[in-house]
Amino acid sequence: MEEFKKIKKAHDQWEETTVKKVTSRFPERKETFVTGSDIPVERAYYPASFDEEKWNEEIGFPGEYPFTRGVQPTMYRGRFWTMRQYAGFGTAEESNKRYKYLLEQGQTGLSVAFDLPTQIGYDSDDNMSIGEVGKVGVAIDTLKDMEILFDGIPLDKVSTSMTINAPASVLLAMYIAVGEKQGVSRDQLRGTIQNDILKEYIARGTYIFPPEPSMRLITDIFEFCSQEVPKWNTISISGYHIREAGSTAVQEVAFTIADGMEYVNAAVKAGLDVDQFADRLSFFFNAHNDLLEEVAKYRAARRIWAVIMKERFKARSSKSQMLRFHTQTGGSTLTAQQPDNNIVRVAIQTLAAVLGGTQSLHTNSKDEALALPTEDSVRIALRTQQIVAHESGVANTVDPLAGSYYVEELTNKIYHEAMAYIEKIQEMGGMVKAIEKGYVQKEIQDAAYRYQKDVEKGERIVVGVNKFAVKEEAPKDLLKMDPTLREIQIKKLAHIKQERDNEAVRRSLQNLEEAAKRSDVNLMPLIIEAVKGYASLGEICNVLRDVYGEYRESIVL
Amino acid sequence: MKEKKLRILIAKPGLDGHDRGAKYVARALKDEGYEVIYTGIRQTAESIVKTAIQEDVDFVGLSLLSGAHNELFPKIVELLKENDAEDIVVFGGGVIPEEDIPFLREKGIQAVFTPGTPIKTIVDFIESQRND
Repeated sequence: MEEFKKIKKAHDQWEETTVKKVTSRFPERKETFVTGSDIPVERAYYPASFDEEKWNEEIGFPGEYPFTRGVQPTMYRGRFWTMRQYAGFGTAEESNKRYKYLLEQGQTGLSVAFDLPTQIGYDSDDNMSIGEVGKVGVAIDTLKDMEILFDGIPLDKVSTSMTINAPASVLLAMYIAVGEKQGVSRDQLRGTIQNDILKEYIARGTYIFPPEPSMRLITDIFEFCSQEVPKWNTISISGYHIREAGSTAVQEVAFTIADGMEYVNAAVKAGLDVDQFADRLSFFFNAHNDLLEEVAKYRAARRIWAVIMKERFKARSSKSQMLRFHTQTGGSTLTAQQPDNNIVRVAIQTLAAVLGGTQSLHTNSKDEALALPTEDSVRIALRTQQIVAHESGVANTVDPLAGSYYVEELTNKIYHEAMAYIEKIQEMGGMVKAIEKGYVQKEIQDAAYRYQKDVEKGERIVVGVNKFAVKEEAPKDLLKMDPTLREIQIKKLAHIKQERDNEAVRRSLQNLEEAAKRSDVNLMPLIIEAVKGYASLGEICNVLRDVYGEYRESIVL
Repeated sequence: MKEKKLRILIAKPGLDGHDRGAKYVARALKDEGYEVIYTGIRQTAESIVKTAIQEDVDFVGLSLLSGAHNELFPKIVELLKENDAEDIVVFGGGVIPEEDIPFLREKGIQAVFTPGTPIKTIVDFIESQRND
């Protein structure tokens, strides 16, 4: 204590003398400095500004509660993070080729991007699908497409992440069915479905049903997988899209964890024991450019989740208290101008994710502000991860920034500010209520608006956009989608509808409809039954639409 | 003489939920003094045109980030024409490759604003179209 007082005194003296002498003649660049998310930043941090006496309680050691420093004791000294590039476009055949390419290049897990009709439960032949088939991901109408997608990829050897939310049950059912055809049993399947509907209402937009039935579909998956597919991550609670929508780092942590609490609540209410499912919950965060703020964000998020799971939900198993997460570098930080600069941004963001202890990482490609990435630019993005892993040395020790006065202070600040948001949302009655009120959306939009205004005024510099701009040629070699994709997909679907046992399909859909009307049946086995008979995604989702209705966005501006 | 307050509909056709840009433009144009209406995401071409006519707007600004612009933007221009509303000026924005812009211009999208465009550029465009 005495020691800290001495340091504090020395600090104040330094400000009064050494600093003032300089600033009186050479003012600093700005009056005040802030992080990428508007947290004020001091000139220099020092020991007395962070409480070393709370070290064991708040920071501790890797692999131990509250997991501030990481979920495993050895982290990347044991094994690097999973390098997992999100990919998928066009037809299942084309995406299958890209996956095989990525695996050959040393990628260690798959991450499937579905097109928007698939994500919203429309078949390719639906009128709502015009213009969208195969554009931002692969088009899946029936089990046939999934069989092609994973052709020659043994499902007991890879882990697969699927960005699918509202119809997550259907795509998981298809994955299980493909496994069965390959002779891979359910308990061998490893992977993740995003399955996070709350952030769809908040930020991402691919919702179908209203909150209540959506939560039921999710808890059905929790329950089913805890018994049948034990290695599956049943949800990836995502802050990524909240941040892309313009939130601050604090809001990203707060709203994501508040979403997580809502899922835990729903599952407990449905009769599950918290330790029965909580170890399969995973998270997904963004990595933006403010390196040290991002590192602090991941550390704070881990501590918050551990405290909440232990204190509030009484989780006993330490696995239930661990926040494991995937990271993707920040799409909205990429610029269409001077796209090569994006390689540097992605490298900084990669460092943030790794210094923050991510379990897996997707690095964006330099051309993604323009179009879907080409094979060449995807390779550079993957190489960025490999360089950080093998050459930078940052993976050789666990949580290397621990004890940095600045990083610890930021970690605490994010922790407390996010906790305050979480409390406020609890007072509103939880996340569903806060979303229905438009509170969360409004908070994010205000932050996004402030940020963009700062860019417009030149108070925030985006290199190559509002400063250091040059005249540029239109970029060439962008990836182009075949405009006839929809026709190909429609033909395929029509063919399957002719070939399959339509009476069996009709029966399986009717069974599903009856079960959906009751609350005491798990829908997963019925959905598996339907997909195995080649009922289409759209047919299954339409049955559920008829029973549950559709969600309508409340517009907040 | 007081200038007419222009009415602008910001709309999101297609299925993508990336509304950060659309909402920013809507709010910034409101701050610039225009009457702005925002449709929300996942709107069909038909519903956008219906809203534009009902709300008697002068401009429709379309935002799309999924790559479906070549199909969906021209459809909205066509539908406006079919409904005798071709006086409504249509512009667009989003992740739109430079090489698609001449095609969109030809189909009646009067301007396309790609990422990084300052709001002033959009305001200048709107003012250049003022026909009174």
